[in-house]
Amino acid sequence: MSEVRFLLDDAVVELRDVDPTGTLLDLLRYRLRRIGTKEGCAEGDCGACTVLVGTLDDQDQVHWRAVNACILFLPMLDGKALLTVESLGKPGALHPAQRAMVDHHGSQCGFCTPGFVMSLYGRSIGACGTKGKSVGDVLAGNLCRCTGYGSILAAAEAIPAGERDDHATVVALTGLRRTETLSGRYADPLSGSIRHWHRPLSTDDLAELLTAHPDARLIAGATDVGLWVTKQHRVLETMIFVGDVADLATMNETDDGLRMGAGLRYVDAAEPLGRLHPDLGELVRRIGGPQVRNAGTIGGNIANGSPIGDTPPALIALGATLTLRCGDERRTLPLEDYFIAYGHQDRQPGEFVESLFVPRPTSTTRIAITKLSKRFDSDISAVLGAFAIDLDGDTVRSARLAFGGMAATPKRATNAEQALVGQPWSEATFEAAAMALHDDFKPLTDVRGSSGYRLTVAANLLRRMWLAGTGETVSVLELADV
Amino acid sequence: MSDRDPGLTGAVRAPLPHDSAEAHVSGGALYADDLAEASDLLHLAFGQSPVAHGTIRAIDLSAVRAAPGVVAVFTAADIPGHNDVSPVAGDDRLFADGEVVCVGQALFVVAATSATAARRAARLATLDIKQRPAFVTIAQAREAGSLIEATQRMARGDADAALERAPHRLTGSLELGGQEHFYLEGQVALATPGEDGQVHILSSTQHPSEVQHLVAEMLEISHADVTVEVRRMGGGFGGKETQPALFAAAAALVAAKTGRPAKIRADRDDDMVMTGKRHDFLISYEVGFDDDGRIEGLRLDLASRCGATTDLSPAINDRAMFHTDNCYWLAAVEIVSHRLKTHTVSNTAFRGFGGPQGMVAIERVIDAVALHLGRDALAVRQVNLYGAGRNVTPYGMTVEDNVAPAIIAELAESGRYAERQVAVAAFNARHRVLKKGLALTPVKFGISFTTTHLNQAGALVHLYTDGSIQLNHGGTEMGQGLHTKVAQIVADVFAVPFDKVRITSTRTDKVPNTSATAASSGADLNGMAAYNAAQTIRERLIAFATRWRQVPEDTVRFAREGVWVGGDLVPFATLCRQAHIGRVSLSSTGYYATPGIEYDRAAHRGRPFYYFAYGAALAEVVIDTLTGEHRVLAVDILHDVGRSLNPAIDLGQIEGGFIQGMGWLTTEEVVYDDAGRLLSHAPSTYKIPTANDRPPRMDVRLWQPGRNVEPTIHRSKAVGEPPFMLAISVLSALTHAVAAARGEAGCPALDAPATPERILAALAR
Ligand SMILES: Cc1cc2nc3c(=O)[nH]c(=O)nc-3n(C[C@H](O)[C@H](O)[C@H](O)COP(=O)(O)OP(=O)(O)OC[C@H]3O[C@@H](n4cnc5c(N)ncnc54)[C@H](O)[C@@H]3O)c2cc1C
Ligand code: FES
Ligand code: FES
Repeated sequence: MSEVRFLLDDAVVELRDVDPTGTLLDLLRYRLRRIGTKEGCAEGDCGACTVLVGTLDDQDQVHWRAVNACILFLPMLDGKALLTVESLGKPGALHPAQRAMVDHHGSQCGFCTPGFVMSLYGRSIGACGTKGKSVGDVLAGNLCRCTGYGSILAAAEAIPAGERDDHATVVALTGLRRTETLSGRYADPLSGSIRHWHRPLSTDDLAELLTAHPDARLIAGATDVGLWVTKQHRVLETMIFVGDVADLATMNETDDGLRMGAGLRYVDAAEPLGRLHPDLGELVRRIGGPQVRNAGTIGGNIANGSPIGDTPPALIALGATLTLRCGDERRTLPLEDYFIAYGHQDRQPGEFVESLFVPRPTSTTRIAITKLSKRFDSDISAVLGAFAIDLDGDTVRSARLAFGGMAATPKRATNAEQALVGQPWSEATFEAAAMALHDDFKPLTDVRGSSGYRLTVAANLLRRMWLAGTGETVSVLELADV
Repeated sequence: MSDRDPGLTGAVRAPLPHDSAEAHVSGGALYADDLAEASDLLHLAFGQSPVAHGTIRAIDLSAVRAAPGVVAVFTAADIPGHNDVSPVAGDDRLFADGEVVCVGQALFVVAATSATAARRAARLATLDIKQRPAFVTIAQAREAGSLIEATQRMARGDADAALERAPHRLTGSLELGGQEHFYLEGQVALATPGEDGQVHILSSTQHPSEVQHLVAEMLEISHADVTVEVRRMGGGFGGKETQPALFAAAAALVAAKTGRPAKIRADRDDDMVMTGKRHDFLISYEVGFDDDGRIEGLRLDLASRCGATTDLSPAINDRAMFHTDNCYWLAAVEIVSHRLKTHTVSNTAFRGFGGPQGMVAIERVIDAVALHLGRDALAVRQVNLYGAGRNVTPYGMTVEDNVAPAIIAELAESGRYAERQVAVAAFNARHRVLKKGLALTPVKFGISFTTTHLNQAGALVHLYTDGSIQLNHGGTEMGQGLHTKVAQIVADVFAVPFDKVRITSTRTDKVPNTSATAASSGADLNGMAAYNAAQTIRERLIAFATRWRQVPEDTVRFAREGVWVGGDLVPFATLCRQAHIGRVSLSSTGYYATPGIEYDRAAHRGRPFYYFAYGAALAEVVIDTLTGEHRVLAVDILHDVGRSLNPAIDLGQIEGGFIQGMGWLTTEEVVYDDAGRLLSHAPSTYKIPTANDRPPRMDVRLWQPGRNVEPTIHRSKAVGEPPFMLAISVLSALTHAVAAARGEAGCPALDAPATPERILAALAR
């Protein structure tokens, strides 16, 4: 069986000869003629292509997530339910979310509007990651160039919350349930090659598949890999989709710490991470927009080895360890050791990231994690500083200072750490550490910041940690409205 | 008269939603890429220059032609007529021929069976381009004397002498970045061949007529053989004034050559690389002033990066000069404007059209004066305002409608300016890391195309015998609500409900020879043209009703409930049907040309503007002196739209314009590398504001006494561009916050966009 089956408004859609890196956006727009879903960027940054994807859990509950259709590959849809803007209402019979947007003048050119409507609708039905969130946070992945957002925010407040009746969806999704790995082959007319793909459902199956196809590309949320296809036009020959590997997305929170499966999505990791330390929760809030956090995984963020990924420096500072698996073999290493050089990680063919363990900070550990970017929401870090400093009374017992954006990999600042250890918790100590940073890093100049700026702010982040300890308000995000 | 008080039907001045709002929210509004695709449709992609400047020795396209799915490839050699997609100067090539002048310049177009096939194939060409030295920055071009036109000078009085005499004198400079339009819908065009060599083009363009003319001349066919249509754009902001011609021409060429429909839809990154942006500027000033901060003499030097070709840069830079006075009387002033030719994509129109850059210059001068004297910046602004006996602009136009002083005073009061300055100072005294700034800046923006002949418009109105109305005019809808406003105007003429008026696509075969929908003039021009068309029909109906029922003319009255004819109520539809039977034409064109404007460009003297639009904004910001991060905390806006045609749409324009301006001055950074490659070519690297960047408190109000002194349509004022410049208050407030953090007299050299990096730099300077 190689067809991909999913529900569109509770009707089954079956796709054969599926291009495994064909996007849902193109399917909707050019094959199903659901043209309400728009392309604004084809890279996950604008939200014009926002749709809701529903997944059935073991308890027969449907979990709806807002995601970007432009970087969602077709095999990822198998067994799921899909809602687009056309699912809600039509002129004359608008859904309350649509009605509110009309009444509050929430559309001008209208091109971003369907995406906003879907995010707002998701919020109204309590979709993943929306509960307890401000409207601004729920909309952080939707760009509008016309309205200035005020009218959309006003519309949001006017939309009544309501449960979605998922009865029919549950029944239909149950009919689409699979128990075995779904595999497919695609004779690609453009590349001329036969491309293979697999969608396993358990970690054991994944391990076996990857041993059999050690050169296969793993795809989790595709928030990185999607862009290789839409922007770089890369042709992936063999792919293993891991997004539905249930036991890769588990987590276990104990007194010792938090174990997270590599397949855990940001949206599901946010709260437990926030319980380890609030700065971690705040960091996850600022990764991508909700659509990216609803798809992207912690494992993908680490595995891709990016020097500007947000979770690695933070988790390194907290002393996380990484478990890799190949077949039935597992090995565990300190997270920082995984990153060897730019584009080069300690991962062997046939090996995958299975899980991550983050120890719970002790009561004597002071932590500060700060992401610096041009824009607060949905931006990539220019510099990320993550500091965990363990105190023995007023003396620094140990320090782990990790940075993103300062080197070719996420990296600890060993000189600055040494400047802290054994010293009193004082302004002078932090000043010395800040100065020592100059020996730790020679950052690059790029579109996100100059080398000089990066060094200056990296040092200032240490000073800021000290000042925050004195009770000073240090972040513009902390200010109440005026 | 068009300035009679409307309101019979409530159509005009009512806060009606956008006419497409229900279609927008339900996904049913059709954009150019949304039509069902024909089975033989060809998808296009451009091959682009990887270098900024060079001579083409050879382009080997064999691999491109051989790629799967490719049907045809065309280059400059295949163009039957003019290889030109430029608005004025004739210097924008459809495909490079001999020379490449910027990275991303189109070299050829690939037509294939799918967009992916075309895009992949376009990368397979083997290019032999001899690289030549490229000027990327303003400084490089200036050093080399590379200009798109002669340096312009606008002056009044003896600035040198005034500077000599002035009690105080300051110099300074400022770098002001460009801006990417980031319309959510990228450039797109669909060309369909018709019979006998004709072609129809669906284009996302603010200027259908220009696309029509360029395509015709490119294909060497008559204008009458080309029809360009646009129902709506997914945003324009000036970025679809001249830029769509490139895309439309490529599609038209392929359609003409292959006989198949052809569509080009620019990928976002390609769109950002290949299309022009707002001009970035280098500004320097020398100002002389008295103890109160009253400006006595000013010398301003404006240098802008125009890019590789002329595009609209002359008019844009003129408009920058026109707005260096903003609301202030400059007795002795010299403004020099250098228009630099660089090997970067040609910069183009963008909301404000140079005006914002000129206005930032003078507002920075005022802040510098205030900070130098240690005086309140609002007080310095107020002593410099235009007033009696000091009301002539540097280009010789008398400011007859000066409402800036009143608006500023009202906003200072309602926004509690004085009280909040005290609170800000107290906050700054209490905080070591965070510092606040507060600023109130005004806007005066000139309305009209400064190229006088562009100030004309046409419309076409049809009544059908069921009483429904079809409206067509030369303006294009890009989200600004133009169609809604014009339909309100027409509905009001006949006293029918708004939804009786069906607005249709803008088409060059309905209203010919139109101007771009630009310069904020859309409603002023097209609204009046449509009003005139509707009025013509209305007069015919009145004349008919008089004959039909043998009643005096003044007993015929259009009302919400129908048409009163000599005391009888006749349903509107009945009157239409009867008039048709009575052989009365129910269709009319309408035309309008703005009166009273003239401008001598050689002397930079005259009355280029019909009137001015005004507003003022008060912004409060906070900066982090350790990281340079900042936030806009609160904004109060009072803006003059004259008598509003639609307050909901106007408020939307004001808020949207403000946020877009705020983005320009804060998070949006256009970055090129030394080789002239755009590094900020995607939303991952180019950051427009998100919902959370909107100030947590934003209070936007229309200025209630507003009424245009000129007889514009229902005494309204243009609103598209002016509010963009309200955001200068944010840059000013940031400047004051940095100054507070530095704790020394003088104005910090804060460049824009004020990214965290630039704020830190300004703190350290
Ligand atoms: C709009 C947008 C905004 C973004 N913002 C941020 C941001 O703010 N901060 C940030 O850090 N990142 C950001 N990203 C990047 C991206 O979201 C993250 O890197 C994400 O964590 C990747 O996870 P994924 O599951 O989508 O990975 P995928 O794209 O599916 O895969 C990424 C890489 O990891 C590999 N991989 C995935 N899972 C495993 C595994 N279990 N074992 C081994 N290899 C594996 C894949 O083979 C691939 O090489 C953003 C991306 C987008 C599109
Ligand atoms: S099109 Fe922009 S996020 Fe998908
Ligand atoms: S309404 Fe135009 S982008 Fe949002």
